[in-house]
Amino acid sequence: MSNDVKIPAPIDRADERVTHAVGVGGAIRAFLDRVRSGDLGSLPVVVGLAVIWSVFTALNPLFVSSVNLVNLLFDSSTVGVISLGIVCILMVGEIDLSVGSVSGLASALLGMMWVNQGWPVWVTVPAVIFVGGVIGWIYSQLFNRFGMPSFVSTLAGLLAFLGLQLYVLGSSGSINLPYETGLVKFGQVLTMPHAVSYVLAALPGLFMLVAGMRRMAQRKLGGLSAGSLNALALKASAITLALELAAFYLNLSRGVPWMFCLFAGLVATMNYALTRTKWGRSMTAVGGNREAARRSGINVARIYSSAFVLCGMLAATGGVLSAARLASASQQAGTGDVNLNAIAGAVIGGTSLFGGRGSAYSALLGIIVIGSIASGLTLLDLSSSLRYMITGAVLAVAVIVDSLARRSRVSHGRA
Amino acid sequence: MSEPPHAPAASPEPVLSLRRVSKHFGAVSALTDIDLDVRAGEVVALVGDNGAGKSTLVKILAGVHPPSGGTITFNGNPVTFPNPSAALDLGIATVFQDLALCENLDVVANIYLGRELSPLRLDEVAMEKRSWQLLNELSARIPSVREVVASLSGGQRQTVAIARSLLLDPKVILLDEPTAALGVAQTAEVLELIERVRAKGLGVVMISHNMEDVRAVADRVVVLRLGRNNGVFAPDATNAELVGAITGATNNSVSRRAERRAAAQSQSGAPSHE
Repeated sequence: MSNDVKIPAPIDRADERVTHAVGVGGAIRAFLDRVRSGDLGSLPVVVGLAVIWSVFTALNPLFVSSVNLVNLLFDSSTVGVISLGIVCILMVGEIDLSVGSVSGLASALLGMMWVNQGWPVWVTVPAVIFVGGVIGWIYSQLFNRFGMPSFVSTLAGLLAFLGLQLYVLGSSGSINLPYETGLVKFGQVLTMPHAVSYVLAALPGLFMLVAGMRRMAQRKLGGLSAGSLNALALKASAITLALELAAFYLNLSRGVPWMFCLFAGLVATMNYALTRTKWGRSMTAVGGNREAARRSGINVARIYSSAFVLCGMLAATGGVLSAARLASASQQAGTGDVNLNAIAGAVIGGTSLFGGRGSAYSALLGIIVIGSIASGLTLLDLSSSLRYMITGAVLAVAVIVDSLARRSRVSHGRA
Repeated sequence: MSEPPHAPAASPEPVLSLRRVSKHFGAVSALTDIDLDVRAGEVVALVGDNGAGKSTLVKILAGVHPPSGGTITFNGNPVTFPNPSAALDLGIATVFQDLALCENLDVVANIYLGRELSPLRLDEVAMEKRSWQLLNELSARIPSVREVVASLSGGQRQTVAIARSLLLDPKVILLDEPTAALGVAQTAEVLELIERVRAKGLGVVMISHNMEDVRAVADRVVVLRLGRNNGVFAPDATNAELVGAITGATNNSVSRRAERRAAAQSQSGAPSHE
């Protein structure tokens, strides 16, 4: 089909004034150029993670032990799911400050319905997540109908749903979840068999290679430039190697938690939704320029609603997971630093506080940074006072890096 | 309404036709009893002073504001636009003064914003191909359609906005001050674009403050003053006539200078060039 017509140059390469990356070397040069102009992507968080891990390992070698890292993944997954919701709401340039309370309420409802009322778990968990969605829907109505800033409505929600959580828990103040159930095991001990972990670790690289090759074929067919196969193969094999090594290391002790697998799956799904669907495109557009999005025919109110509802649902899911992790629903669930950790995770991972810029992976990377700090400081036997201060400082640094990078992007025309 | 002689492509039946369209914002009447006809293959310039209601009229036609009264006929059928997509679906595309582009999205995403192909699995290849096609039709010089719009110059952004408006094969395209923010070369480029759009058989409504630009491309000049129709002119109308219609005064510095110049020229016997 492409043989009958000889195309001199791909139509996107007709302008000779623009330099284009060619081959592996070109891909690396393009990456360096992007970083220099302030389009940092996930580079700061990777560098930050390397620094944090080196420091903690120097202070206590146990930090990088397989046992500790498995624990780290268990702990990170609960807040990570909440953080994923925050990514969603930050994409449209809004904020949800009540995710901690919503997750606490979700764990309280889980305890009340499942343990006290004896509902089956497969009814309770969807019901609790549904409640989270309803809460998000209420925020979206306050925002769309009354123009109530999300900052204020969710701040009100923070208090209101904390109150509701205390009310649900009643005078006892906490409900213990039975240890010998699937949900609690899922949150505390279940890890995948070694073979499964190796197969799953190979999937992202494989998928990247297959999808990349298909895209190249399609672009060639469409008369567009296709990019370098070598660069793609190199990237895919690097990712596969890194994931297989990580799986191998974790398998030295308990192995890869299923809960982390769930979190990673949610992140991958969200990434697909944000980058490859019309909905995701609309989310980015609304976050970047709300009026422009409206004028191009996007139903802006519905996009805001979807963001709030998803954030609420993910917060409730995180609440269920943390209840399973702790095997209890208590008054402390979702309070303290849960809120800020979830928001900080998304921001540290590179999702902009100002909307229109971010990725689902920032929740994954950011929450591992936050989790590493918490885990390292716990290993050093430092009190929570220091932990709060250090987490706060890291958040401040992340926002400063974001702002500086934005300034550089503007001056390099990449805003 | 007399047709100017040099508009060969214009068909007699108007594509878009407004009768007695009004718009009130509270107690303020932004538009009163506006009549406007746009035919296929003609450029109608909409001129008027600040606050004459030009942008309001464009926003009504784009579905951004609902009109308070009057009828709008499109292809002979009365129509209403409850929202921007209704106008787009009908075949009226608008390039707003602020362009309404999302700076954080790339050129392809902006051109296809709200109209993406295969919503659950975006067809990036087809969208990129069509984007290049549109941009090439306009002889645009965009370095890469995968760069974010923030990295483009003012003229390039204008081109992207015009290309986007052409995506759905509209019948009428509205341009709100397309050259206001542009330099000399870029202005010439955009005027060239407008000629090309007209050559494709579209009706064009162009708002402009710049009489030079209006003269360069318009087939008819419709003047609004204080929210009302204030005359329709051929593009070779004199500046004095146009400025008079726009400001409502026939005696102002522009007309006085024109008179002086005309007097001086008739005295010296030189042929006038306007």
